[in-house]
Amino acid sequence: MVGRTIKKWWPIFVLPTFAAFVIGFLWPFIWGIYLSFCKFTTVQDVTFVGFSNYSKILLDNTFSHSFWLTVVFAFVSSILINVLAFFIALALTKGYKGTNAFRTVFFMPNLIGGIVLGYIWQTLLNGLLSKWGQPLLSLSARNGFIGMLILLMWQQIGYMMIIYIAGLNNVSPDLIEAAQIDGATNRQILFKIKIPMIMPSVTICTFLTLTNGFKMFDQNLSLTGGDPGKQSQLLALNIYDTFYARSGPQWKGIGQAKAVVFFILVVVIALIQLRATSSKEVQQ
Amino acid sequence: MKMKKVTAMSMAVLMAASMIPSVPVMADGGGKVYYLNFKPEADEAWQNLAKAYTEETGTEVTVVTAASGQYETTLQSEMAKSDAPTLFQVNGPVGLKNWKDYCYDLTDAEITKGLTSDAYELKDGDAVDGIAYVIESYGLITNKTLLEKAGYSLDDIKSYDDLKKVADDIQARKDELGVKGAFTSAGMDGSSDWRFKTHLANLPIYYEYKEDGIDDTDAIKGTYLDQYKNLFDLYITDSTCDGAELSAKTADDSRNEFVNGDAVFYQNGSWEYAELSKTYSDDELAMIPIYFGVDDENEGLATGTENYWCVNKNASDEDVQATLDFMNWCVTSEAGTKSMAEDMGFTIPFKTAEAPTNVFVKQDAEYTEAGLTPVSWNFTTMPSEEWKNGVGTALTAYAAGTGSWDDVVSAFVDGWATEKALSE
Repeated sequence: MVGRTIKKWWPIFVLPTFAAFVIGFLWPFIWGIYLSFCKFTTVQDVTFVGFSNYSKILLDNTFSHSFWLTVVFAFVSSILINVLAFFIALALTKGYKGTNAFRTVFFMPNLIGGIVLGYIWQTLLNGLLSKWGQPLLSLSARNGFIGMLILLMWQQIGYMMIIYIAGLNNVSPDLIEAAQIDGATNRQILFKIKIPMIMPSVTICTFLTLTNGFKMFDQNLSLTGGDPGKQSQLLALNIYDTFYARSGPQWKGIGQAKAVVFFILVVVIALIQLRATSSKEVQQ
Repeated sequence: MKMKKVTAMSMAVLMAASMIPSVPVMADGGGKVYYLNFKPEADEAWQNLAKAYTEETGTEVTVVTAASGQYETTLQSEMAKSDAPTLFQVNGPVGLKNWKDYCYDLTDAEITKGLTSDAYELKDGDAVDGIAYVIESYGLITNKTLLEKAGYSLDDIKSYDDLKKVADDIQARKDELGVKGAFTSAGMDGSSDWRFKTHLANLPIYYEYKEDGIDDTDAIKGTYLDQYKNLFDLYITDSTCDGAELSAKTADDSRNEFVNGDAVFYQNGSWEYAELSKTYSDDELAMIPIYFGVDDENEGLATGTENYWCVNKNASDEDVQATLDFMNWCVTSEAGTKSMAEDMGFTIPFKTAEAPTNVFVKQDAEYTEAGLTPVSWNFTTMPSEEWKNGVGTALTAYAAGTGSWDDVVSAFVDGWATEKALSE
């Protein structure tokens, strides 16, 4: 009965969303790839130039630095965020008093947009740095990098924590009890039971943090703006700069070509990571 | 079952309806004008002027103002729409590079004939792609009351050496005078750094072009960078704050210091008048040239424009005509010229212009009458935003003590050559 109704009416439920997906994502995506082979000022009025944009990606000497900085940033931030989020989740599933309040507090930063966070943290960190007599964020690539790490961690740990908490709550108490009866220590329970059992959460969280690290744009823009001299410029901001901060229509296509390379990079890394972590997932 | 069907249908209709964008109201017959305005500070005045024009002629005029610093990005996305701006602006020859394929040739337009000088035409070959619609000046805005309190008058400052002497003296006696410094903070935050990486950097370029008799170059020599350093040193030494803090200081910080009487000198332009006149009377304010130590006795205010109107040639013929009529009305009619002079505080380079009330603009005319040569705006030939950012970063690091002046020179000279080559 239900199956027949669904068979008859599915287009009504699927088509609006599908149309939105095509208009809002699929079509711009395909058009964006086409644009990377073109020279243009506005996106409707383009001339095809073939692969020349791709050969000019390295022309302004800023791409490779941003590239490696982004790779380092994505890996460092993923590791830190996941480790910290996991331990906070562990602490908040022990049934201490006020657990719910803490969960809420840790999650809240996630609700604020990246641009706003960037400006707030800029004021905070600059205040601290100037008190310590250290160069401000936009003057020191090292401070800028650490600043971005702190900001991203503060923003994302809460979100990952929620995923880990859900995972930990799903670990069957039977298993833990059985292990305790067999004389397992807390450390053994953690490494032999809890972590293997929450590998699906680990897969999701590393995927999210890695891709977020690679794609980070608004926090970078508002916290350091790439200063000093592009030393703290991540790839997404580099693409934006190529597109907008240079004169001449040829740069739009080059920016677009960088964006396509960036997309392929993120997809490849995300696929490798998914394969690596999901192979460690165990069936209960 | 029936009920469910009805619910499902109505839900689907709702979902589909929410996806249809609101239909724009079309003007019946005749053209319409869509102006993408560059100056946020003049937004309100433009909206009023547009309304007045619609009331008078019936032509629909839409004015949209891009957020500060976002003009180029806004223009790019707006121009891709089917209802693209019919009137937009570029900032000079470098800005025109992106847009010359979109510019209607204004050679025969009525408004072009009204220009006071053909120097205000922005040309690409023989075609007039843009025309300047506002002339602005910048220099050192001075708080006369505080200057007199320190025992000086404007006549005491006639050269770089005078300026340094006075500023150093004020800085040394700042507690006694109740100020925090001679100059407002030279903020290097993105909202303020253009005052130094663009406006102050214009002076060494101006003198070098003048010496070489050119108006653009692929390779700047940096002949006058020492003077540039002297002035910047003065700004950061005789300042309200420590050089290391400048990277985070904003345009508002700097203006507030001037408004609160914490500093005597404030490098900025005639567009600040509207804001400053809320606090100060005309007698308390003056703008003096940025004495550069090269040709001080002849140097006037830096006067020019980076605001050129362009008409979108891809618009329909009626819209182009409506836009041309609107532009002409703005600079010739009584309501238009009055609004531009009084509400926006502009000096417009047209024969029909009203006398402005802006005290800085009046001063510029006085200086020119007294035989001083206005410094032209050559920063419109700077290679790209990238070049400006490079110089800005080097200046910030120099001010904070983490970078050397050599880095500034290298960003200025080497960066120029690199960026010019890249933008070809």
